[in-house]
Amino acid sequence: MLAEIGQFTLAFGMLLASLLAALPLYGYFSNNEKFMHTARPLAYLQLIFLLVSFLILVALFISQDFSVAYVWRNSNLALPLRYRISATWGAHEGSMLLWLVIQTIWTAAVAFYSKSLSRSQVARVLSVLGIISLGFTAFVFFTSNPFLRSIPAPFDGNDLNPLLQDVGLIIHPPILYMGYVGMSVPFAISIAALLGGKIDETWIRWSRPWTNAAWGFLTFGIVLGSWWAYYELGWGGWWFWDPVENASFLPWLAGTALIHVQAVSEKRNAFRGWTVLLAILGFSLSVLGTFLVRSGVLTSVHAFASDPKRGVFVLTLLAIYAGGALFLYALRANKLKSQGGFQLSSRETLLLANSIIFSVACFMVLLGTLFPLFFEAFGKKISVGPPYFGSMFFMMMMPMAVLLPLGMYYRWQKDELTRVLKQLLPSLVITLVLAVVVWFFFKPLNLKASLGVFGGAWVFVTAMFYLKDYKGKLTRAVWGMQIAHIGVAIYLFGVSMTEHTDFEIDSLMNPGEVKMVQGYAIEFKGVEVKQIENYRASQGHFVVSKNGKIVAEMNPQKRYYPKRGNPMTEAAIDPGFSRDLYISLGEQINDQGGWAVRIYIKPFIRWMWGGGILMMLGGFWAASDRRYFRHAKLLKQKNIDKYLKA
Amino acid sequence: MKNIIYALLLLANSVFAIDIHEFKTEQQRLDYQQLTEELRCLVCQNQNIADSDAGLAKDLRNEVAKLVKQDMNQTQITDYLVERYGDFVRYDPPMRADTIVLWALPLFVLLLAAFIVIRTIKKNANSPHSQANTITNNTNEAD
Amino acid sequence: MNKTVLKALIPLVLFLSLVFLLYNGLGKDTRLLPSALINKPVPTFSLPSLLNNKTLSNESFKGQMYLLNVWASWCPNCRVEHPMVTEFARQNIIPVYGLNYKDDDATAKAWLNQFGNPYSDILVDSKGLVGIDFGVYGAPETFLIDGDGIIRHKIVGELNPQNIQNELLPLIEKYKNTIK
Repeated sequence: MLAEIGQFTLAFGMLLASLLAALPLYGYFSNNEKFMHTARPLAYLQLIFLLVSFLILVALFISQDFSVAYVWRNSNLALPLRYRISATWGAHEGSMLLWLVIQTIWTAAVAFYSKSLSRSQVARVLSVLGIISLGFTAFVFFTSNPFLRSIPAPFDGNDLNPLLQDVGLIIHPPILYMGYVGMSVPFAISIAALLGGKIDETWIRWSRPWTNAAWGFLTFGIVLGSWWAYYELGWGGWWFWDPVENASFLPWLAGTALIHVQAVSEKRNAFRGWTVLLAILGFSLSVLGTFLVRSGVLTSVHAFASDPKRGVFVLTLLAIYAGGALFLYALRANKLKSQGGFQLSSRETLLLANSIIFSVACFMVLLGTLFPLFFEAFGKKISVGPPYFGSMFFMMMMPMAVLLPLGMYYRWQKDELTRVLKQLLPSLVITLVLAVVVWFFFKPLNLKASLGVFGGAWVFVTAMFYLKDYKGKLTRAVWGMQIAHIGVAIYLFGVSMTEHTDFEIDSLMNPGEVKMVQGYAIEFKGVEVKQIENYRASQGHFVVSKNGKIVAEMNPQKRYYPKRGNPMTEAAIDPGFSRDLYISLGEQINDQGGWAVRIYIKPFIRWMWGGGILMMLGGFWAASDRRYFRHAKLLKQKNIDKYLKA
Repeated sequence: MKNIIYALLLLANSVFAIDIHEFKTEQQRLDYQQLTEELRCLVCQNQNIADSDAGLAKDLRNEVAKLVKQDMNQTQITDYLVERYGDFVRYDPPMRADTIVLWALPLFVLLLAAFIVIRTIKKNANSPHSQANTITNNTNEAD
Repeated sequence: MNKTVLKALIPLVLFLSLVFLLYNGLGKDTRLLPSALINKPVPTFSLPSLLNNKTLSNESFKGQMYLLNVWASWCPNCRVEHPMVTEFARQNIIPVYGLNYKDDDATAKAWLNQFGNPYSDILVDSKGLVGIDFGVYGAPETFLIDGDGIIRHKIVGELNPQNIQNELLPLIEKYKNTIK
């Protein structure tokens, strides 16, 4: 019964989406206030129905209703409650429903936080968002319906993949989807503006907090994914440039480029066309990402079960959204020509340089990810992996790190390089001192690590000086920017150290044996077998000491889940501010209880994620700056509404 | 042929990725580590042979260890495996005429974008300010 | 339609080519690897035979065109293709040899006893080392080798009437003059 209600609310949600897509837009084109008025209520109704639909699916998992096919495929009687709930989004159909609900949440948020905008603006944006949710609702209802029954119901379910029976699955997908789907808002705002025939600063100003918020969620989602892979997969890796990982990174790169060009195009009538293009690109990459994950076109450890039919549907959606947007962009191209003036030597130019760098980085990652597909069209097979992406990305980020402080110190519109460099001189000196100190402490550092450390120090020191010397009120926008940039610096330091000064060793350890690794004495006490929740574990016991004092007790496991073939490796991690200790079990080698053991020392790895968290916080903080709301109100009061209604 | 997947899955049995190899020098150990991280497991869903539990991955790790002990360097060992399995087995794409676009295209896009942007800025450098500036009257505003 | 609009259509054109590329990629089996050894000489090998006390090496096959079929008792698809292999061998077009890959001698012999032995002889590659030289990554796989010892084709997955008819027979015809 419940599942049928779920179906009904989903179907009704589809109806509401189509009304939202059609009515306000019709009202806009025919200048009919009444129709435009329907936008907000429809947005709220859509949210309610889809939320109910989603909660019903969660309820079906909690109550273990195996007559619903999706439930029995992803859950079983022994599954702990918290994973039963997160199993809701553990596979394709449910995760798509989650995506959909999040789309309706953002749509309702736009409806709510747009009080100071004109009726026609709101109508247009919400209709575009309605078109998007219509596409995805149809996709779920017709090709990926989680409420389909499986009669007769099996007695017990399959199981949730053990890799997903973890807190990571509980938080990573929802947060990541908030980011992916959030990019639909600047997309919709751009389309709405294009429909009206002009992009002026109100549109760009309106889209900035939404872009920052979506970007913040995306940042957090990526950080969570990386951290989850690190502790869950058992091999110490935290980023593999896997197609699905790249799928999340692409909209992030486009989003970063967008944030920086918005700073210019809000103030000047310049590069607004590019702003619109990046907004279109950002969301298109989100949709492309979900296509790549679910279509089977690229091989990935993260891929959902592939289904070409579903792939065609999503590809069609992508073609409609992005194709339609790009076509509209071309039609309005004449109105998007850059005009506003500023000199080449100015902050605007440096912001644009950043935008170029991130756009090119985005292009590079897309190229590398899709290249094997392109190559295969010619009958050849090739792999493009971490060596390519890592070195190319590093090469692009180094100029970015150097230019970032210059960008902050340059004045708007016109400035001189010599003046800026003079202002930066004290920072440069302190940076060099700091870099040399770090180098001495942690040597040897190879070239890449040294450059990374220098870049991180440079960004950090200049950000500090900037805050100290700032004249004027430190608004949230400024704070947000600085916190995010400091996050970049900390990330750079962390990634340089962990990539280039980490240590790994595989060895056979017998019980009682002690291995000396970089000053740590690691004693292997043996392995015992335990029964925990729904799995059996071979648990190793290690005692780690330094200078005679015990630093950590670590218990890596090899887990055996009854319904799965392969065992799962659960690494033991001793997290630290300056390093992570990481121990993984291989297999038993001999009859004396000797096991193959992998030991890692990962310096400063937490700084990477810490930096990412700071970037996220900076994004959110900047998004909440009052001036976005204040100026919009000002405009309304000045009755510019009539002028803006194109 | 999707059916071959069943055969491949059978190869991906419970053999673990941590192998114990004794190397004469630290350089050899590092070579082995780097090679197994940059060589692809052919029967996996995008994993290197260092991290994979598959049977073929273990065979390839042993092969790499054997060749490292024979004093072959990283390039030679990579070429050895490419000879047998094709380019697919390396995660580092070779730079050749048919793959050069991987490096050339981003560079081209970078230069093109820089050119267009600089030209546009210069063209408009002295044009009058747009309406926008009446709202942002504090030109020292950080953002 | 002025120049600005035309230039502004470039993103759309690029995007549509991307969609085309992605559409093309749908439904392809991403696990199929083309062989790196086509038109290259057979790797050097020297392996014991499963059926007798002989050692088989490249010398043993000189002048013959033959199929080398990689199989194992643990491989379910080898069982599926077995009737096809048997039928092909029965037609006496070219001999079919087996490469028993990462298997156990006793189990392999039992498998042959149960399902029949179509092979003129069988090489035992218990560790899979010769398989690596051939670029084998699973079973079943079948190589077509001509009389000069050059690998002319590889079929990944089971032999079936289609790939025998469309891929193997034309090549056997093409290189039949290498048989000595």
